[in-house]
Amino acid sequence: MGERTVIPFGPQHPVLPEPIHLDLVLEDETVVEAIPQIGYIHRGLEKLVEKKDFKQYVFVAERICGICSFIHSLGYCLSVEKVMGIEVPERATFLRTMWSELSRIHSHVLWMGLVADGYGFESLFMHSWRLREQILDLFEETTGGRVIFSACEVGGVRKDVTVEQLQKIKSTMISFEKELQEITNVFLNDASIKSRTKGVGVLTKQMAYDLGAVGPTLRASGVASDLRSTGYAAYGKLNFEPIIETDGDCYARTAVRIRETFQSIDLVKQCVDMMPEGDVRVDVKGNPDGESFIRLEQPRGEVLYYTKANGSKFLERYRVRTPTFANLAPLLEMLKGCDLADVPVIVLSIDPCISCTER
Amino acid sequence: MKAITKSPWIMHYDASSCNGCDIEVLACLTPLYDVERFGVINTGNPKHADILLITGGVNEQNVEIVKQLYEQMAEPKVVAAIGACACTGGIFAECYNIRGGIDTVIPVDAYIPGCAVRPEALIDGVVAALGILEVKQKNMKKRK
Repeated sequence: MGERTVIPFGPQHPVLPEPIHLDLVLEDETVVEAIPQIGYIHRGLEKLVEKKDFKQYVFVAERICGICSFIHSLGYCLSVEKVMGIEVPERATFLRTMWSELSRIHSHVLWMGLVADGYGFESLFMHSWRLREQILDLFEETTGGRVIFSACEVGGVRKDVTVEQLQKIKSTMISFEKELQEITNVFLNDASIKSRTKGVGVLTKQMAYDLGAVGPTLRASGVASDLRSTGYAAYGKLNFEPIIETDGDCYARTAVRIRETFQSIDLVKQCVDMMPEGDVRVDVKGNPDGESFIRLEQPRGEVLYYTKANGSKFLERYRVRTPTFANLAPLLEMLKGCDLADVPVIVLSIDPCISCTER
Repeated sequence: MKAITKSPWIMHYDASSCNGCDIEVLACLTPLYDVERFGVINTGNPKHADILLITGGVNEQNVEIVKQLYEQMAEPKVVAAIGACACTGGIFAECYNIRGGIDTVIPVDAYIPGCAVRPEALIDGVVAALGILEVKQKNMKKRK
């Protein structure tokens, strides 16, 4: 047994846009243990429900995370709507689904760029982010914002989409799919990338299940769990299957996300084709009273929202459990026994979102 | 020394922001806005950086790290507060764990508002910060 050294990883680290700290206990070049320290982005958002009323809080909920911002606001709206028993117009549910799927594409392509940067493939990083701008342009055209666009509100959505915009979304999806094919080929077939991802950071099916992994991390280990199958918003009317891989290594997690991106493109097209006519919002009267529990599929996995209201305009409690928090325990297991040089790739392979986790 | 203001190196740190501004900082470096063509490089090493871009409203755990990063940067240096949170605390100003703007911890030279900040505004703000950097550099020479 060699001598043990402790190497600090983060909070300010070139591969991480966000601060998380890991103490890596090494024996020679092998990681024996990783001890996380979190709290660098803890803001205390959940307590803010006492200061912002339930209609204002949707903007705070959106800022839980800037990458999956739309899905957080959707989750908040769904939970309040469930408490108040609001029936949202069908067109709004389809718009919500469409924006959720566009968010998923934007998030996954962003992640592809970051992971490419993680193993030092900078041109691939640039190409991924170049493609992602097309999705941001669609957001900007339909809602006015690039990353945080406040389109969701309790009772529906705040913006409607014109026929021309829908056509543009569809035609962009068709050209985007072709361009994406080119870069994903590199991720899946390039020999040097394979050598960095195949067999690295393996999470077996049993481990993934026992440690409570969620999202692509869980699906890459062979468990078909996708909350979209529960049919919230308009997902019940769309046609799709959860995507799974069985190897449980970094390559499998990359493959799941890539296949999901293509699936999302298909779902956006389905939404555009099936988009019903009608209103996009209903008036919300009165204050919420009661409890609700909502589960959604974020780009990073399952997210849970618990809402408790007492009849006043301020909620009593709003609790979020985000996917990265669930994936941290599996991450620490994956890191055991890996090489020091593989740490960035393994950390990125769960697609960590620290601002979700710590709120 | 002219190279510093012609092609400054930036360092980015997320002091408890929501990520929105952070991905816009990175978006500035990638092909659509591509500030790298001017020689602006994102570095992870404070000793190499000329401009510190900070997002978020600084929570208690981040205070020491922000101070350390600032102190490790070599003179001349400028700090830009990116986004509403970094300027004043923004939507999170009332949170119990948020200090407020970055200027409660370290001196800030440029304030770039927006939630999330737009890349155009960000680039504009960094160009303004370069003017301040140039002045600081001249003052340093005078002192010698």
